This record gives sequence, C-alpha cells and structure tokens, in this order.
Amino acid sequence: MTAAFVVFKAYWIFIVLLALAGVYCVVATRNLVRVLIGMELMTKAATLLIVVAGWASGRMALAQALIINLIVVEVVVIAVAAGIVVSLFRKNGSLSTRELDKLKN
Amino acid sequence: MIVIFVVLGLMVVSSLWTVMTRSLVRSALGLALTSVILTILMFQLGATMAAVFELSVCAGLITVVFISTISMTKALTHAALLTKTRDRLKRYWYLPALLLVAGAVLAFVLSPLPFEAATPVPAAIDFDALKQMLWKDRQTDLLGQITIIFAGVTGVIVLFKERKGGQE
Repeated sequence: MTAAFVVFKAYWIFIVLLALAGVYCVVATRNLVRVLIGMELMTKAATLLIVVAGWASGRMALAQALIINLIVVEVVVIAVAAGIVVSLFRKNGSLSTRELDKLKN
Repeated sequence: MIVIFVVLGLMVVSSLWTVMTRSLVRSALGLALTSVILTILMFQLGATMAAVFELSVCAGLITVVFISTISMTKALTHAALLTKTRDRLKRYWYLPALLLVAGAVLAFVLSPLPFEAATPVPAAIDFDALKQMLWKDRQTDLLGQITIIFAGVTGVIVLFKERKGGQE
C-alpha cells in the first residue's frame, strides 16, 4: 500500500469523525446557536469530502466549482437561520429548543 | 505524511472543542479554527481557490454572523450558568469516547479495503481549468447561486423588518 492510499484512508476516517461531532452537537444540544454550529461542522466534513474526492479522481477544477457553490449556499443558510434564531429569541426570550412548542396542537 | 495526520488530528480536536466548550463565543471561535485548519488541508490538496473562499467566507464572514447572533441574545445569570454547566458535562462527555471508538472501528474496517481503484494525482494548481469549469461548464450553478443569494437577502430583510409601531 502506497503512502498516498494511507493518506486517502486517513482523510475518510477524519471526515466521518468530523461529521459525527457535528451530528452529536445537533442531537445533544438544546441551544439553537449550537444547532447551527453543529450544522456548520457537518458542512465542513462535506467540503473536505468533495476536496478529497476531487484530489483522488484528478478532477480538482470540478471539485472547486462545487465547493464554491457549497460555500455560497452555506453562508445564505446560516445568515437566514441566524435571523430566525434572533427573531425566536425576541419572541420567546430564550434560545432553548424546548421553547419551540408554540405550534403544538 | 505525518504533517497531514497531525493537521487532520488538530481539526478533529478543534471540532471537539467547538462542541464541548461552555461559552458560545468560544464555540464560534472554535468553528473558525476548524475552518482555518480545513483551509490548510485544501491548500495541501491543491484546491487553492476554494481554500481562499473557505478562509475568507467560512472562517471570516460566518464567524462574524455567529458572534453577532450571540451578542444579540441574552447572557445567562451566574446560577443558571452553573446549572447549565453541570447539565452540559453529563450530555457531552460521551463525545470524545464516541469519536475514539468510531475512529478505531473505521481504521479497522477500512484497512483491508482496496482503495487502489481510485488514482490520486499530485496537487496541481490549474486556474484556467477552474475558470473554464466555473464560468462555462457549470454556468447554471452561477444562476442558482444568484437566486439563492437573492432569496437569502430577501429572507433576512423580512426577518429584521421594523413593523409600523416601531416593534420588530
């Protein structure tokens, strides 16, 4: 096994670990800002996955074009989600996900 | 090769810190640090243009958005903070153990797999190929980007619009 393949596998393992940390953050927290931070971590894992895929297949230009798209979408999603979080805080006075039960019943 | 492993390890440690730290501001800074480390990895793999985007937008702009959001929301009282810290410790101490186990399992599972099917190429900076891809081959994506930015700007304007009575 060449050194390049060892590195390639290492990337895969660390990508999964990064995504796992993001998922855990979203699942374990009750704070809306932390939910967004968890989502960001998962996006970082996706970004690294695309870069590694581009590197492995030799199509780095396509990978970079996709990453630029991903970053634009990421920024817009975070900006709107942050706006929603601030609006919810102004409405409920709390950032807790447990307060989000106004639509219940 | 050792450098890559160290950088990858640092990235996971910084993401762990991002998730486990008590302060939201530190959490946002940890996310920025993760972005910076990701940028280093992208430079190493030859995705230089995307790395510049990642550094300026994800490590810069998104951190500003997070810090602004945190500053617009109320801080907890000292007593509430203590209760919350105890509660947090209970919920988050599983994460390092989970990552260690997942890393060990993945290293064990992936080791016999024939990854030789993929052919890694040396990192090469080809700006013309990127220009061609971004502005010609994937032109429709740019239209999508513009639409998404327009939708985002409209969404933020609607969310922060002042109502007639001065109430937001």
